[in-house]
Amino acid sequence: MPSWDVVADIQLLLQFHFMQNAFVAGTLVAVLAGAAGYFVVLRGQSFAAHMLSQVGFPGAAAGVLLHVSPVLGLIAFCLAAALGIGLASGQSGRSVDAGHRSESAAVGSILAFSLGLGLLFFRLYAGSAAGIYSFLFGTILGISDRDVELTLAVATISLGALVVIGRPLVFATVDPDVAEARGVNVQLLSIAFLVVLALAVAVTVQIVGTLLIFALLVAPGASALQLTARPGRALALSIVLSLAFTWLGLALAYFTDLPVGFFITSLAFATYVVVRGVNAAATLRSGRLRFVPA
Amino acid sequence: MDRRDKAAVFDRAAVRLGGHVVWRDVSLEVTGGQFVAILGPNGAGKSTLLKALLGIVPLSAGSVEVFGQPVRRGNDEVGYLPQRRRFDPDLRIRATDLVRLGLDGGQWGVPLPSRSKHERVEDMIALVGATAYAQRPVGELSGGEQQRILIAQALVSGARMLMLDEPLDSLDLNNQQAISDLIRGICLRQGVTVLLVAHDVNPILPFVDRVVYVAGGHVVSGTPAEVIRTETLTRLYGAPVEVLTTSDGRIVVVGQHEPVSYHSDH
Repeated sequence: MPSWDVVADIQLLLQFHFMQNAFVAGTLVAVLAGAAGYFVVLRGQSFAAHMLSQVGFPGAAAGVLLHVSPVLGLIAFCLAAALGIGLASGQSGRSVDAGHRSESAAVGSILAFSLGLGLLFFRLYAGSAAGIYSFLFGTILGISDRDVELTLAVATISLGALVVIGRPLVFATVDPDVAEARGVNVQLLSIAFLVVLALAVAVTVQIVGTLLIFALLVAPGASALQLTARPGRALALSIVLSLAFTWLGLALAYFTDLPVGFFITSLAFATYVVVRGVNAAATLRSGRLRFVPA
Repeated sequence: MDRRDKAAVFDRAAVRLGGHVVWRDVSLEVTGGQFVAILGPNGAGKSTLLKALLGIVPLSAGSVEVFGQPVRRGNDEVGYLPQRRRFDPDLRIRATDLVRLGLDGGQWGVPLPSRSKHERVEDMIALVGATAYAQRPVGELSGGEQQRILIAQALVSGARMLMLDEPLDSLDLNNQQAISDLIRGICLRQGVTVLLVAHDVNPILPFVDRVVYVAGGHVVSGTPAEVIRTETLTRLYGAPVEVLTTSDGRIVVVGQHEPVSYHSDH
């Protein structure tokens, strides 16, 4: 049982190898998801994140079926989907999200099909529901050493890419027409970010699963952007929140024996609600009600 | 005259979009420091004229130069305000960050703190009179405030030419007046060449040195008095068009092609 002695609690938390792996992978994923999440929210691409996570599901199953790491399968399927969306929306000349809205029926069918495919793959492998469960809701407590290494590689590459493309990506996001006139390759950046997002999704699924991906990939960025409109600070805050949700979630799950995914999503949700509430109150107090003309 | 005094030169230029000729045989010169209004009916290719100067839309024939150089994207000497609706009210980025993006937003890597860049951004914000709200999220600003911020963004890289696509659209009359005065002041005091696409010439008519009128796939240019005349426009449209002057000095173009159009639905 936990005491109020923090050092002893941390020793208790990390006494098992699987918990050490969970904390290392969780930390890497939280930093990447927090950073990518800032851009996801700024770009209004949370639907793309959701879609990539569902497309990844049969990928994970295929990974299990082929006796390679499920994370590898996830990465392969997410990357293929990201390139597909990027190229399709580039060809039609529309933004990714405008494309989604007008083709929601098509996208819905693809998502349902990919989940069904995942179901089949898992059935072929073991005939058990346990594997499916862990990919829908996360499998952080069963992460292997190899998956930790893979996560480290993916997080390093993706964060490196974000450092390089971050600034023009913000420009292309908030002001695409001017960015294009200033020589920024808006479409290339859009595809590059989808690739980073695909990688972030693939490793985040390990922690919170396909269905709870919003908790780490959208909620921290959304809360951070409510708190500050400075790009640098919002990005840093998004990473800090994502780390806090993950660490606290893991600790609470360890000591209560309840699911990690539940705690991470609850923390994310509660933070967002509080932040929105505080902001709304501040807006009311300052008398600067935002009036949005039609 | 030095070639550099020619802010923009079109020589027998043509643009073709999707197999359809937008305009052709366009030859015109804009002298540095002039205030130029680009007028014409909706869909005539006014915005395309700016995009050709920006190097976004390629020519199918002829040539176009800016300050004596072939056009290219990312030219620091050219600032651009595209035609747009307002920023999303929920866009959470400060106005000052948006101006900074105009300075180095196209560069790779993490922006490092730079005193000189910071001062340059602050100077531009002061120039357009936006200091009071530069720290606020841009989505919360009014249309007129957003327009000032965008002008600062367009100028911050050291632009000597400012291209604005319907900047007065969707502003109320007070703001139309204030923004056109601001643009006029920048043209006069900073010596910046202004090319302004307008739906209605009247708010800017007192400032305009030169009019470029686009219609029917062709372009005529000259002083407002030379161009906005019944004879000139009838020849350009290839159909009867009448230019009327109201008692308060406003100019109205009446004809089959533009039946008193005052909508903002383009």
